[in-house]
Amino acid sequence: MSDRGHLKKTNLAATAPASITTAGPMTGLADGPRGAKPRRMLSTRTVIVYGTLFVAAAYYLLPLYVMIVTSLKGMPEIRLGNIFAPPLEVTFEPWVKAWSSACTGLNCDGLSRGFWNSVLITVPSTVVSIAIASVNGYALSNWRFKGADAFFTILVVGAFIPYQVMIYPIVIILREIGLYGSLYGLIIVHTIFGMPILTLLFRNYFAGLPEELFKAARVDGAGFWGIYFKIMVPMSLPIFVVAMILQVTGIWNDFLMGVVFTRPEYYPMTVQLNNIVNSVQGVKEYNVNMAATILTGAVPLLVYFVSGRLFVRGIAAGAVKG
Amino acid sequence: MSSNARAGRPSRLTRNLSAKIASVPMMLTAVVIFLGGTVWTVVYSFTSSKLLPRLKFVGLDQYERLWSTPRWLVSIENLAIYGIFSLVFSLVIGFVLAALMDQKIRFENTFRTIFLYPFALSFIVTGLVWQWLLNPEHGIQSAVRAMGWAGFDFDPLYNSSIVIYGILIAALWQGTGLVMCLMLAGLRGIDEDIWKASRVDGIPMWKTYLFVVIPMMRPVFVTTLVIIASGIVRVYDLVVAQTSGGPGIASEVPAKYVYDYMFQAQNLGQGFAASTMMLITVAIIIVPWAYLEFGGGRKRV
Repeated sequence: MSDRGHLKKTNLAATAPASITTAGPMTGLADGPRGAKPRRMLSTRTVIVYGTLFVAAAYYLLPLYVMIVTSLKGMPEIRLGNIFAPPLEVTFEPWVKAWSSACTGLNCDGLSRGFWNSVLITVPSTVVSIAIASVNGYALSNWRFKGADAFFTILVVGAFIPYQVMIYPIVIILREIGLYGSLYGLIIVHTIFGMPILTLLFRNYFAGLPEELFKAARVDGAGFWGIYFKIMVPMSLPIFVVAMILQVTGIWNDFLMGVVFTRPEYYPMTVQLNNIVNSVQGVKEYNVNMAATILTGAVPLLVYFVSGRLFVRGIAAGAVKG
Repeated sequence: MSSNARAGRPSRLTRNLSAKIASVPMMLTAVVIFLGGTVWTVVYSFTSSKLLPRLKFVGLDQYERLWSTPRWLVSIENLAIYGIFSLVFSLVIGFVLAALMDQKIRFENTFRTIFLYPFALSFIVTGLVWQWLLNPEHGIQSAVRAMGWAGFDFDPLYNSSIVIYGILIAALWQGTGLVMCLMLAGLRGIDEDIWKASRVDGIPMWKTYLFVVIPMMRPVFVTTLVIIASGIVRVYDLVVAQTSGGPGIASEVPAKYVYDYMFQAQNLGQGFAASTMMLITVAIIIVPWAYLEFGGGRKRV
């Protein structure tokens, strides 16, 4: 996905004096005659392009802005004022309340419990699913055995099966082995449902590594695990990061599995958030609700803003799976 | 590891043994969960299971009951409306945004970050934000009315005939960034010479997009279509967060029907039948695609 180095149109050269220097190195081969003619046409186009992009950007940013603004207002101000108006008096009370004393049913210890549950779910699930899937991918790309591709095909096709179809059999299996309702059960579930995409990701990445390395290590007497730990893992750190981003955001954002496979005391943050906001009793405190919503979205957002390009790569990889 | 290497050339069996052992979780998942679980659910959808799964076959009874339940019909109708609009709009919006982003603009990364950030958020967060924005007393409707347009009506979440469009707005907000990214990647894969050639021939830009670039991006469109489509069938969290299926049953969707019948109404048979219908829906989307991509279409590349 490289942005640079394509000379699609000669537009840059004509937009502004400053961009002529930017486009300098690239113009060499493409545009011969440079004159006034394209200028007017292009500037109208530039206005349309940027105008549309700014309007779209405003639409995408609006909910985030409203969330933040609402969470900083007091309830009286929300009832009287405009949803888009910035807060007259900034208060952090809703945030404190959302974190430590918002109620779900009888429990009034806020979202903090859900947050720590989500941490307890996300960290081991991410580690286990990546560990298993990377070994799968490694076995599939370097140690092919008869029938391996058949399993892999089932796995990839399985990625498209709606979760609802497989949920109940998993409930039964987990109940049989005594893990239904526990954190371990949920970790297993996340490992299972993360497996198709992660295996695909690792398989394709490992298959792209030079085969000579693998052969040389074989000649030097390294075995399955030796090559995996000493060559494959150190050489594939970027893909491990991509997988981590994919899993952390995916598992943190999960709702269905959390609801189905855990008991209320282990409910992840998303489930607890939904219970807080959509609870029918009591007066609706929109500011607390919005603060709680931001808190729940904060972790994946942070991952997103920090990881940038790698996130895009992760979803592009995820996209292959669907 | 050195021990088995020292035994000369390791035999086929031992060499593959580690790989086989390491792949056991994958095999179990593929065979027991994905294959076994699916078959199990389909088989039990023909039984009269209520609270517990029982192998008492009743033929197509569950399906007959399913298709005569108003709630299921509403769910299917919603899914169809939501599905068609979300396919069309996310493809169009995603492509237009990608085309704009591809004009060598400045701040491309900033725009990309803005368009894509909702995708990092969960459906629960998305649903709750839009529930608040579409709140008739405090949200967009009241803000516009306060600006002087007193007759302005915009309360999709409280109007059962248009509630599904309220959900659609939220879904588009969350998902179009991804489509934009995929399309942008596709556009970047188009050969520069194509653009030069069409410029030389004096073809206007929009025509080039419509008749040259889009046909060339067919694989990208198909992949995106499959991704969006399989996401649509799964839509669940968004509805739960935004409307809980309300008002009444106006915004119910199949995935929610399955969950409610399996885990709340204690009517497993209905849940299995409904989830089998979901499976069939997905199969209708996936099988032709898989056939085109990996089957007969291979020769053309």
